[in-house]
Amino acid sequence: MINVKQLTKRYARNTAVDQISFEVQKGQIVGFLGPNGAGKTTTMRMLTCFLPPTSGTAEIAGFDVLENPLEVKRRIGYLPETPPLYPEMRATEYLEFVGKIKGLRGAELSRRISYVLDRCAIADVQDKVLGKLSKGYRQRVGLAQAIIHNPDVLILDEPTAGLDPKQINETRELIRGLAGDHTIILSTHILPEVEQTCQQVIIIDRGKLVATDSVHNLQNRARGAGSVLVEVAARSGDLNAATVQRRLEQVPGVSRVVFRETRQNRSIFEVEGHAEHSIRGDLARAIVESGWDLNELRTAAVSLEEIFLQLTGTDAAATSANESAAAAQPEGVTARTGE
Amino acid sequence: MRNVWVICRKELGSYFVSPIAWLLLAMFAIIFGFFFWNILGYFVFMGMESQMRGQMFPMNLNEEVIRPLISNASVIGLFLIPMITMRLFAEEKRTGTIELLATSPIRDGEVIFGKWLASLILYACMLLLTALNLIWLFKCGNPDWKPLAIAYLGLLLQAGALLAIGTFISTLTRNQIIAGAATFGVCLLLWVLEWVSGYESATWARVLAYLSVLTHFESFAKGLLSTKDVVFYITAIFLGLFLTARSMESLRWRS
Repeated sequence: MINVKQLTKRYARNTAVDQISFEVQKGQIVGFLGPNGAGKTTTMRMLTCFLPPTSGTAEIAGFDVLENPLEVKRRIGYLPETPPLYPEMRATEYLEFVGKIKGLRGAELSRRISYVLDRCAIADVQDKVLGKLSKGYRQRVGLAQAIIHNPDVLILDEPTAGLDPKQINETRELIRGLAGDHTIILSTHILPEVEQTCQQVIIIDRGKLVATDSVHNLQNRARGAGSVLVEVAARSGDLNAATVQRRLEQVPGVSRVVFRETRQNRSIFEVEGHAEHSIRGDLARAIVESGWDLNELRTAAVSLEEIFLQLTGTDAAATSANESAAAAQPEGVTARTGE
Repeated sequence: MRNVWVICRKELGSYFVSPIAWLLLAMFAIIFGFFFWNILGYFVFMGMESQMRGQMFPMNLNEEVIRPLISNASVIGLFLIPMITMRLFAEEKRTGTIELLATSPIRDGEVIFGKWLASLILYACMLLLTALNLIWLFKCGNPDWKPLAIAYLGLLLQAGALLAIGTFISTLTRNQIIAGAATFGVCLLLWVLEWVSGYESATWARVLAYLSVLTHFESFAKGLLSTKDVVFYITAIFLGLFLTARSMESLRWRS
């Protein structure tokens, strides 16, 4: 649906986007990930025909952004970082205007307006003046204008930026719900967002493509050989961590045991095995047979944050990742996948 | 063409939903009204004076009232036109809504023409208000309506040209005040260029005088329809809108 080849945007002094290539299949949600200033917005603006690329090509549904901008624009819905709202208009008035400039008329227009009012849960503010809406509602009206003409491709620039945790969850739900009908590219510098919403991730840093893969594969890649976290507890009295570690090392298939921490009479270890699935049963049996309790046994998945740092390996990326970790905290998002 | 109308309707909506349009209409109506009663008062005074002295005073409404009035109206327009055009693109750039327009399946030309048309319609509304005054002339006197219609056409054409220039200047900045001030400066300069013809008749002076909007307005104020002045204004409108289109395009390459 989206086909980008060697896309480059050069300014007089710097190169904002440097030879990026990627492809997005129909119906997918793709996360466009990178620190602030990595070139996410510039790339999106080239895809939406707002900025012409310096070199390279971008095709949306088979139409080139330079050769057939009108056909491309007909097939995309775009939500810029700040929703492009006219503060003096009422919500329905605004959607009617946007619908018209996107080519909708008459009965179809009113049908689409009531559909997006319902879909984006903005029916209760439909008669309010946009300038007086809260940030969350503005974002939803912005999303409503992006989908009003039922575009094949949705391009969302930081759709959850500046929203409160509840609104973030609602917006993500909404985006996930749209995935079936539309191909979606969303940019973010918040990693958990990608883990929660997207199937595929494109990581860029300083205008360069760093990685493009499915979220699942990226996590697998970072997971390495596949390690398991085990939490062991003593039935009574204290637990000697060293003894437990020695016992775990003896389990067949285990290559390495790393002691993590001890809390009261419980200890946590990270166990790496040659083949992940076969060691779990043996680990459990070994622990129970030694007279300890097995409190927890789970896959030690690495968060995208760590992958991100591995891949970019820059200070800029580190700051951004810290920021995003901080941003994620209030939601109680723990960046791991329990299996 | 339908898109032009959609854009035009939206612009008219934001003019009339905010106080801008009403303020401009009120200002124009009041100032024009003042000029009207002033000129008419003088006309009546001169008429009585000439009767008392037994002299013949050329009591021609078209020449003595309408002509100075139209010239004054065009001056009021000069002051108000920057206020009409300053927000057209500057505001869209400031709030980021320009991105919506630029990524929608409409042509730049449709956006530009729609916006310019809206500004012209607002100006036409201002002119329409002057009818309130002119009705009295037709009720009490017997002026010729043809020169009047031609003068109004001239006012519209002149405003169209200045509005197109204002529209262009509005694309150059995201600050409305700057757009307004620059438009006023350019409009005023285009106005006073004519003055050089008063003392100089060299080629450069004639070129400058030719560029002045005032030069081309004289025939309209007299009630004469001169093709070369119509062509001048229409050319100026096209030039202004063409520059706007270029500017919008370069916006994309620069931003």
